[in-house]
Amino acid sequence: MQCQECGKQSATLHYTKIINGEKTEFHLCEACAREKGEQMPGIDGSFSIHNLLSGLLNLEPSFSEGQQQVRDTTPSKGARCSTCGLTYTQFSKIGRFGCSDCYQAFGDRLDPLFRRVHGHTTHRGKVPHRTGGRLKIRREVEELKRDMSRRIENEEFEEAAQLRDRIRSLQEKLANQGG
Amino acid sequence: MSLKRFTEHALSEWMRGKGPQSDIVISSRVRVARNLSGLPFPMLATSAQSSQVVRRVEEALQSAKEFPILAKAELIRMDDLSELEKRVLVEKHLISPHLAEESRHGAVVLSKDEAISIMINEEDHIRIQVLYPGFQPQEAWRIANQLDDWFEKQLTYAFSEQTGYLTSCPTNVGTGIRASVMVHLPALAMTNQLPRLFPAITQVGLAVRGIYGEGSEALGNLYQVSNQVTLGQQEEEIIDKLAGVAKQMIQHEQNARQRLVEGSSIQLEDRVYRSYGVLSQARVISSKEAMERLSDLRLGIDMGILHDIDANVMNELIVMTQPGFLQQYARARLDSQERDVRRAVMIRERLHHEESEDEQLKGRPDTK
Repeated sequence: MQCQECGKQSATLHYTKIINGEKTEFHLCEACAREKGEQMPGIDGSFSIHNLLSGLLNLEPSFSEGQQQVRDTTPSKGARCSTCGLTYTQFSKIGRFGCSDCYQAFGDRLDPLFRRVHGHTTHRGKVPHRTGGRLKIRREVEELKRDMSRRIENEEFEEAAQLRDRIRSLQEKLANQGG
Repeated sequence: MSLKRFTEHALSEWMRGKGPQSDIVISSRVRVARNLSGLPFPMLATSAQSSQVVRRVEEALQSAKEFPILAKAELIRMDDLSELEKRVLVEKHLISPHLAEESRHGAVVLSKDEAISIMINEEDHIRIQVLYPGFQPQEAWRIANQLDDWFEKQLTYAFSEQTGYLTSCPTNVGTGIRASVMVHLPALAMTNQLPRLFPAITQVGLAVRGIYGEGSEALGNLYQVSNQVTLGQQEEEIIDKLAGVAKQMIQHEQNARQRLVEGSSIQLEDRVYRSYGVLSQARVISSKEAMERLSDLRLGIDMGILHDIDANVMNELIVMTQPGFLQQYARARLDSQERDVRRAVMIRERLHHEESEDEQLKGRPDTK
């Protein structure tokens, strides 16, 4: 397959970019990929994601010149991680967080980025066993609730009642843990 | 040291071992990225903080005796390795170039068979990697998951309920998982079907890339397929999707091989034997040519055209003919011309050793 940029070399880099929900496919040779600054995720070694990320971040309308002016007058409000000192501007240039608190510090601004890269903004995978207890319980409650509605629809009221009791006891457990 | 002895010590399990579907899938890898709570990511960590990460992992490993898969693992600090030793680890896919060259207090925990390598202070504090021969992404994930659980008993990870495991790069956040398979697709390449196959793969959210060769080439018809998405899907979904797509690629490659045999059998045989001729006789060979010829050789072995050559010759030689490995074996620094000569010697020796072993075992090989 030929590179879609130069049409000469064979394409070795194949990926799909989702921008505002619109999928675009890319088939590039490494030379053109470098030139375009198209770096990609998922690959260890010479390719890194950071240039691509900066591109993505700079597409964001909120990150325009106007926004920068606003930020100049209201310095660091929500734009700087108080733990490691990384600013959102720096993050958007290097494409990497400085510490785990940056996620909280940059908050909702990150959602469009996550949506573009992953198509989602919420974690659905594994939860740490030792420290992730509450989330585990909440997920179990959700699961049980779905199961309960199914039982009710099927008029299996006895089973549904058992599920209801189980949900209650889990919710109490959550309440006792605070929050 | 004889080549045989050298390779016995030098090669990882993924190059030597046999796995399922290993006629097409060379290796399966799962990598999980994790960070410790309360410490900046390696990019911004101070030297003291980075060294603390190594110390904490080291302390956790103290109790590894109860955990069989890590029992004989060894922690190696990058600062204790020579440039060449680091390069060899990179060529064996056990550490990343970033860890070798740019990390501060970088280290790696290696299991004895080198199937497990845990990088410390790479882009993230901890990167657990499991690398298996053949097509076993599910098995690799099972082990990576166990390792992750085991570490989590002793180390507190940076985790948020909303975004999952927090990583230095937003492309890894959530599950932190990157699963990949390395596939050998010579028949699809010869029959020019890759341009139709790759777009289909990227459409389902996977990435494909040629793994060897600089610039524009995908040398040796070796490709790596990996997941792009890490957030919003469960680990098992990610692995299953990759495995499902890989299975289809295997099927397509098998069909293409079948058609090659039916359609142009003598041309295929000729190509394989020519490459075998070059590999077993050449005195100077570039890395590029070696990769191409080895791909033909491997195809010939897998399709039963060549007998009495171990299919792992390709896996082994691809790694062993890399610059770092050649220099390690020569115990000297080599410029690129010297490397081309040494590479030819290495390949001849390896193929010859293969033949002489067969002679001992079965008498003279009957090559068709």
